[in-house]
Parts: sequence; C-alpha cells; structure tokens
Amino acid sequence: MKRPLPTLFWPCATLALLIALNASVNPGFLTLSVRDGHLYGNLIDILNRAAPLALVAAGMTLVIAARGLDISVGAVVAISAATAAVLIGGTLNMDAGAEATSRFPLWFALFAALGAALACGLWNGALVVGAGMQPIIATLILMVAGRGVAQLITSGQILTIYYPPYFYIGNGFLAGVPFAAVLAAVIIAAVHLALKLTPLGLYIRAIGINPLAARIAGVRARPITLALYAFCGLMAGIAGLIVSSNVKSADANNAGQLLELDAILAVTLGGTQLTGGRFSLAGTVLGALIIQTLTSTIYSLGVPPEVNLVFKAALIFAVMLLQSTEFRATVRKLVTRPAD
Amino acid sequence: MATNYSAAFLGLDRRLVPLAATLALFVAMVVFGAFSYDAFLAPQVFLNLAIDNAFLFIVAVGMTFVILTGGIDLSVGSVLALTTMSVAALVERAGMSPAFAIPLLLAGGAAFGALQGFLIHRYRLQPFIVTLAGMFVARGLCYLIDTDSIPIRNPFFVALADARIPLGGGTAISSGAAIAVLTVVVAVWIAHSTRFGRTVYAIGGSPKSAALMGLPVGATLVRVYAISGFCAALAGLVMSVYMLSGYSLHAVGLELDAIAAVVIGGTLLTGGVGYVAGTCIGVLILGIIQTLVIFNGTLSSWWTRIVIGVLLFLFCLSQRLIEGRAAAGRSR
Repeated sequence: MKRPLPTLFWPCATLALLIALNASVNPGFLTLSVRDGHLYGNLIDILNRAAPLALVAAGMTLVIAARGLDISVGAVVAISAATAAVLIGGTLNMDAGAEATSRFPLWFALFAALGAALACGLWNGALVVGAGMQPIIATLILMVAGRGVAQLITSGQILTIYYPPYFYIGNGFLAGVPFAAVLAAVIIAAVHLALKLTPLGLYIRAIGINPLAARIAGVRARPITLALYAFCGLMAGIAGLIVSSNVKSADANNAGQLLELDAILAVTLGGTQLTGGRFSLAGTVLGALIIQTLTSTIYSLGVPPEVNLVFKAALIFAVMLLQSTEFRATVRKLVTRPAD
Repeated sequence: MATNYSAAFLGLDRRLVPLAATLALFVAMVVFGAFSYDAFLAPQVFLNLAIDNAFLFIVAVGMTFVILTGGIDLSVGSVLALTTMSVAALVERAGMSPAFAIPLLLAGGAAFGALQGFLIHRYRLQPFIVTLAGMFVARGLCYLIDTDSIPIRNPFFVALADARIPLGGGTAISSGAAIAVLTVVVAVWIAHSTRFGRTVYAIGGSPKSAALMGLPVGATLVRVYAISGFCAALAGLVMSVYMLSGYSLHAVGLELDAIAAVVIGGTLLTGGVGYVAGTCIGVLILGIIQTLVIFNGTLSSWWTRIVIGVLLFLFCLSQRLIEGRAAAGRSR
C-alpha cells in the first residue's frame, strides 16, 4: 500500500508548474524589483490581484465545508462596492487645487459597505437555515436581485470615486507589499487560527459530513451555518472594497462578474470536497493563486484573454473527475490489467 | 391545513396549487396593467410577449425537464450564444447552406447536453459543477470563433426574420414565436403522454426507487440533458433570426431567467413535481414584468431584476411551506 499524497500536493504542483511555464516563456517573470520602497514584479502583481478572489473563496470554503453553497458573492461584491462608492462619492474640487473630498467620513462608508455585505450574508443564511431552502436556490435569489439592488444604489451609473485615501485599500503598500495582499493574508490566517485553536473547525467538518448526526451530537449546527453564510457575505464585502478601490469606481453591472464561479473553482482546486466535510483554507488560497497565475499566463502567452474560460473549464473537469471515486475506479481498471 | 381545505373546496389537486397561484399572479398583473395603462389589453401586447421571449420559452422548457429530475443546467445561455455564433460563422463565413447548418447545430447542442448528462450520471458529479464548466467551455468557444458580433445577411434568415404569421384582427406572431409554441406543445406531450416523461417524474421523485423499479435512470438522465442542450441550440437559432447576428455576449445570464421561470411556474427544485405549462406562465410573468416596467416609462430597468428576485423568494418560500406541510401529512 502506497502512502497517500499530502492533501496540498496537487494544488502546489499545479501552481509550481504554472510558474515554471511562465518563467520559461518570460525570463523576467520571477524577478522582483524595489522601487520607491515598494516591491514590484509579476509575482507581487499576482498576489495583489488574487487577494479579492482569495478572500471570497475563503468564505466560500467554509460554506461549502458545511454542505452549503453561495452563488450570490458576485452580486454582494457589487452591492458593497456600490455602497462604498455612493457614501464616499466626493467631487473633484478644482478651485482648491484638485482637492477631493468625501461625502461621509471614510470609516462610516467602509462600515456601511461591510454592514450591507454582512446583511446579505445573514439573509442567505436565514433562507438556508430558517426557511430550509436548498443553498443554490436560496443564494440564487440574491444573485438575481443583488445586481438590481446595486444598480438601484448607484442609480444605474458607473460611479467614479475621487477620494484618494480610499485608493489605499486596493493600490496602497504596507511595508513594501500591496496592502490588499496583506489584508487578505491577515484575515485568512486569523480564520485559520480560529478554526485550529477552537473546536469550530471540527464542528464545521461534522456538519458537512452529516448535519443530522452533528446536531444530535450536540453541535449547534443552525447558528454555526448562519454565521458561515454571514462570514462569506462579509468576505465578499471586503473583496468589493478592494475591487472598487483598485479601479477607483463602482460598476454595479460588472463588479465581481462571474466571481462566484472563480471562487467555487478556487475551492475545488484547493482540494475541498464540494459535498462538504473535508476542507482546506490553505488549499483554497493556492487555488486562488492558480487561477490568477493562469490568467497572467494567458496574457503573457499572447492568447486572447477570453480563451481563459476554456482553460478554467478544462481545470474544473480535470479536478472534478479526479475527485470522483467512480472515475478513479474506471482509470484503475484501465491501468491495472486484469490478471488472466 | 387551511390551504388543503380551500384547495379541496375549489376542486384542485394539491399538486396544482402552485400552478394555480402562478396563474392567479399572472392574471393579477394583467388586470393591474389594464387598469393602469391604456392599450395594455391590446392583443398584440400579449403576442409580443411570445415574440420577444421566444428563446426564453424554448430554453425554459428544456430546463423544466432537467429540474424535474432534480438537476440543473447552467450551460444553456452559453450554448445559445455559441449556436448564434456558429450559425453566423458557418453560414456567413464558410458559406454553408442553412439546410446543413441548422440540423448540424441542433445535433451539436443535443450532443453537448448529452455529454454533460453522461458525466453527471456516470461519474456521479454534481450537475451544478458539470454544467458550470460546460458554461465556461461554450462561452470560451464563442470567443474563439470571434470576439466581435457577426451580422447575418443570409436571405433565408432574413426572410424568416421578416416573416409574420397573421392571426386575424391585424395581429401577427413571428416565426420564432411559432417555433416556441410548437416546442411547448411537443414538450407537454413528451412530459405527460410518453414513457420517457413518466420516467423523468419518477427519477425526480426518487432516483433510487426509479432504479429499483427497473426504469432506465442513466439513459433518461443523459437524454434529459440532451433535450436541454437541444432546446438551447434551437433557442440560439431563434435568437440568431431575431437579432440577425451571432455574438458571444448574447444571452448572458439567461440560465438564471430560465431557472426563475421554472421556479415561478411552480416546479419544485428538488424534482418530481412541476408542469411544462407552469413554466410557460413563469416566462409570461417575467415578460409581463418587463412590459409593465416599459409601460410605466419612469421605472428603471433594474427594477425588473429586483421584482424577479422578490418573486423567486416568495415562490421558494411558499414551496418550502407546502413541502413542510406535505411531510407533516405523511408522517402522521
């Protein structure tokens, strides 16, 4: 009997392969340079761009681990971005030497945006836990209506943000590293520790493996599930702040478009079982990095970026089939010849 | 149990209650429109519902079969777009005759769906994820053909686009609407008068029991997804006639509208309960929301999405209540 490979073997190998491919095509890919005390380079760029996806995917991981699914995260990103943009608003005051102001204090706008996202998550959780709806359907409602709500908030406009302090979230640097990447790393590390140091991780796993058994064993499954959806909403809210700050505007129609699919892909790539139970936050982060690296690879290879979708689909199929016991059985039958 | 008594009082089968609620909602919206706006009751307003939503009718009918088995098909919007793109490329650029291109693409759509059904059944993969990947593949292939829109000038397609079937009184429907009506009629027949249709309902009720009864679960699942793929391709052809172009951004998010129409039409997402006719009323409700928003003139387009979301919420919630009551009735 062979020893099983470590859980994170495949995601690590995929990421290493992609980076090696990039490095062979573009020799400057791995170089890091320091300009104005900030780190620059392709790898840093990937870290920065993967931050919103990693956050959303981390929230999604926990929801999926407890046998749920949240397909509304893209819409929640749009709602959070729209709320922040409307509250900050701000106009370019040319008389005062192009000094930009904010309509409401920055902290108020940030709290309101995150509050809106948290409310979205609680709403999803309430539908799943309280009304007992299937997770796909419960979150489908917000996925359909959410972009409408975001457009309502922005009055259908693409809002431009002129208030420079807000740009720090998506464009700033902390100790030479992009702030968004630091923010994502700190949050995910904190969640990881919380799951390791408290029984919460065990509870989530128990709910995912058998919700009924978990409840009978005394796990408070309902409040925990509700909290997981709320957490997922909050993560989408933070991602919305990062995205809107990065592009200095909020587009209710396109912010976070297809993000739910990328997040689910990142979760699957990281080795989390979509049927619940086994999950890995570190794997999800690797998954998000794989997706972002893949996007960069496509750009650097000169392939039209739209073709990215086909590559992602191929990845989903590969991972899905590898996770399927029936498929592995078929392959095993093909590889190990029957003794006759 | 008040609902049951009132349903019995009206002489309704309990399974027909969601359908009756949907129909009542549609009538209420029409009455509201008739009181609020002049000319709302003009026959052409209603025929336009069929003309402008012909492709949604066709896609939602295919989706109904998938959801009746307890599955879901997220790839329909992309398959539709891929069909518009392929037909435009084949007919306009490769000079293929529509007589070859149309059957080829219909078969292609069915094959695409069948492959998804095979993966779902054979390897026990989740329909959600398989069709999600299918959605990526089809949309990506669109971009591989061309990232720009391809106009269609083929005389056959232009003639189809201009064709109007008069229904008397100065009203008429388009060829696309006629195809949609035909699809619905065939689908109702398949669902309620064939062995295949009954197997679909049986699988939705309980796949295990269906298998134990000796029903061909695997073959039926593959065929159900093939039907959905076929319907998506047919809707793609209808849309390429309607728009006279192939474009990779056609029908983005159409799968959500189709699912919403099926749910509002009273089909349970857990499978086994629902009617093709209900789905049609669901599509009409989505269409009439849009018509009301247009007639109002001051409402912005995003209200359509919000209202659809609210309706989805109300219908899913009431479905849960009905299911809960049915479960309580069984356990007694």
